[in-house]
Amino acid sequence: MKRIPENGFARFTRLSVLALLWVLPGWAKAAELQVPAVVEAGRGFSIPVKGSGQATFYLVGPDHVVKGHVSLGSDVQIQSSDVRSAGLYQVLVCDDSTSSCTSATFEVKAAPPAHLSFFLHPSRVPVSTRDSIDATAFVFDQYFNLVWTPAAVDFRITPASGASFSRRGSTRNGVAWMRMDSTPHEGRVQVTAVLGNVEEARVIQQVAAEACGLRMKAVGSGNKVSLETDPVRDCSGNALPDGTIVSFTKIDKLGKSTVDTPIKKGIARVQFSVHGRAQISVACGVVLGNEVALNGGL
Amino acid sequence: MKWGLAAFLGIATAVLIAFAWLQSGGLTRHAMFSAGTPEEAVQALMSEIRAHNYQQAYASLDRSSDTDLASFIREMAGSDGSLRTYSSLQTAEVSPLHADHDEAVVRLRMNWSSALGSLDDVRDLRVRRDGSVWRVVWPKPAFATVPPQVVSVNYLSWDVIGHNTSQTWGAQDVDSPKVRITSMNAISRPGRVVIVGEVENEDTVPAYLNVNATLLKADGSPIEEEGSFDLISHVLLPKQVSPYRIDFPGVRMDAVKSVRMDARALLVPASADPVIAVTDQVVSKDGLNRTVLKGELVNQSGRPVNIAQVLAAYYDNFGKVIWVSDGYVDQALMPQVPVAFAVDIPDDIAARLKNYRVIVNHYSRSSN
Repeated sequence: MKRIPENGFARFTRLSVLALLWVLPGWAKAAELQVPAVVEAGRGFSIPVKGSGQATFYLVGPDHVVKGHVSLGSDVQIQSSDVRSAGLYQVLVCDDSTSSCTSATFEVKAAPPAHLSFFLHPSRVPVSTRDSIDATAFVFDQYFNLVWTPAAVDFRITPASGASFSRRGSTRNGVAWMRMDSTPHEGRVQVTAVLGNVEEARVIQQVAAEACGLRMKAVGSGNKVSLETDPVRDCSGNALPDGTIVSFTKIDKLGKSTVDTPIKKGIARVQFSVHGRAQISVACGVVLGNEVALNGGL
Repeated sequence: MKWGLAAFLGIATAVLIAFAWLQSGGLTRHAMFSAGTPEEAVQALMSEIRAHNYQQAYASLDRSSDTDLASFIREMAGSDGSLRTYSSLQTAEVSPLHADHDEAVVRLRMNWSSALGSLDDVRDLRVRRDGSVWRVVWPKPAFATVPPQVVSVNYLSWDVIGHNTSQTWGAQDVDSPKVRITSMNAISRPGRVVIVGEVENEDTVPAYLNVNATLLKADGSPIEEEGSFDLISHVLLPKQVSPYRIDFPGVRMDAVKSVRMDARALLVPASADPVIAVTDQVVSKDGLNRTVLKGELVNQSGRPVNIAQVLAAYYDNFGKVIWVSDGYVDQALMPQVPVAFAVDIPDDIAARLKNYRVIVNHYSRSSN
């Protein structure tokens, strides 16, 4: 048999055959083809054809057309490679001597699950945030047909610290999903979607949330003051990552001075010259910290 | 006939010599060495600077000037890849402040054009009489130097490994940074509508961001869309907050029903270095009686910052952003050396101003 891939010409051929099928029933002979109603993707089968003589055989699938010659009275062999794509197929057998045609329709359904396409969103998430993690798994068979049959997908969650746990979701129209809160501890969290012996893993990075209880202390030396924050942490006790900007603002008689400095080894430091009385404040993003008042003469 | 040819050749030679003299700035030089007034002396000096004739300009200065040629050229032509090195003197306005028989003080307003816009430089200069001409007394520029030293820099930097396009659908990728517009204020200015506010990088990775605004009519149709262009700090480190300003020239506020804001962020490699301190910020009047926010920038890292831009957000009594202004600094920020800056504040904004915040955008030519 000749398999015609779905290029421009093949599409034209397929449409022509479909058009033929549309007009044929009026004069097609009623010698019915015995085809199974449903076939599993990638599984070959045979179709008995009654009569005698030669006939032309067409198999019109969702993404290709197969054309071949058969002897009436024998079986037409449908190869497994011809029914890999899920969808509706039509079989057409036309007697070469009488030009009468017979057609039948069958459906190819997806094979058992063999692949998971797994989306985990977002890739970074602040700790202890409600409904912040979305996991979505698409179930495919070995030929990448979406498996519509409901199946149970396990989502195994493995945090950097603490016990692993799992959530189960059933596929609907080939898709299973779940939404969960981020856990209170920063670090890498692995989420694995499991269906039978098929696994797909993704990693999400849980990061510190907004700073909490931001505090600094001042140490004076001459007319200079060194300011240093306590280790900058969020409300769950996670250290904000190095590179996070902390803003120091000093107001004295010469005016206002500001320094946006990154956290280094968990702590932000800065040094100011002070002239007379000074008021110094600290902030990280939109979070304000404590204020330090200096009465001059450090 | 013979005398006629000789006369013609003589006249032609004289005309050509005169033309060459004019072309080489003879008139200016003549004006300089015969500057009859202090203003003429300053204008002649500015003509030489405009023509990049720094040696001629230096030669015209009064002997009491305590600058040297190298410092004078460095001051006028710029150095270290600063914005001044990409600028040229466009105009120079001179106005007398005080004058007596032998000495005068004039106010000089130099306007430099650069790729980033025009920059004003206002100075009060002494001009002294030297016989029949006046000469400018040019003060020695204060170029602070830092003793040779090793500055250890170990701030964090971020690199990005992006999504491999050959990977299958659903493969792991990293998200764009999460940014949030924390405030937005639409204000009416003469001949335009202006959107000002602040935006924060809420994420733990650096962001390259753009803020766009669309003005909408009452029926929801757009009037105009604009971006913040250079009135924003495009690269924001984690938890950093930047002011932004978006101008809509030619739009009237009464035509605007609502504003649609859009902050788009990309994940980019970045470095937390350099840290630039903004010190001694005060609101005061400048030499032209304009309200300015001035202060000094101190580059706390160990390598020069070639071009720096100051962005300032101004707040009213309620903490609302009422204006954002910017200014470029035409000197390079050498390590540990304070460099003065000043940015304009409109008078009506200055009257309502309660607080302000300054951040610095920077560009360094060299890389690690």
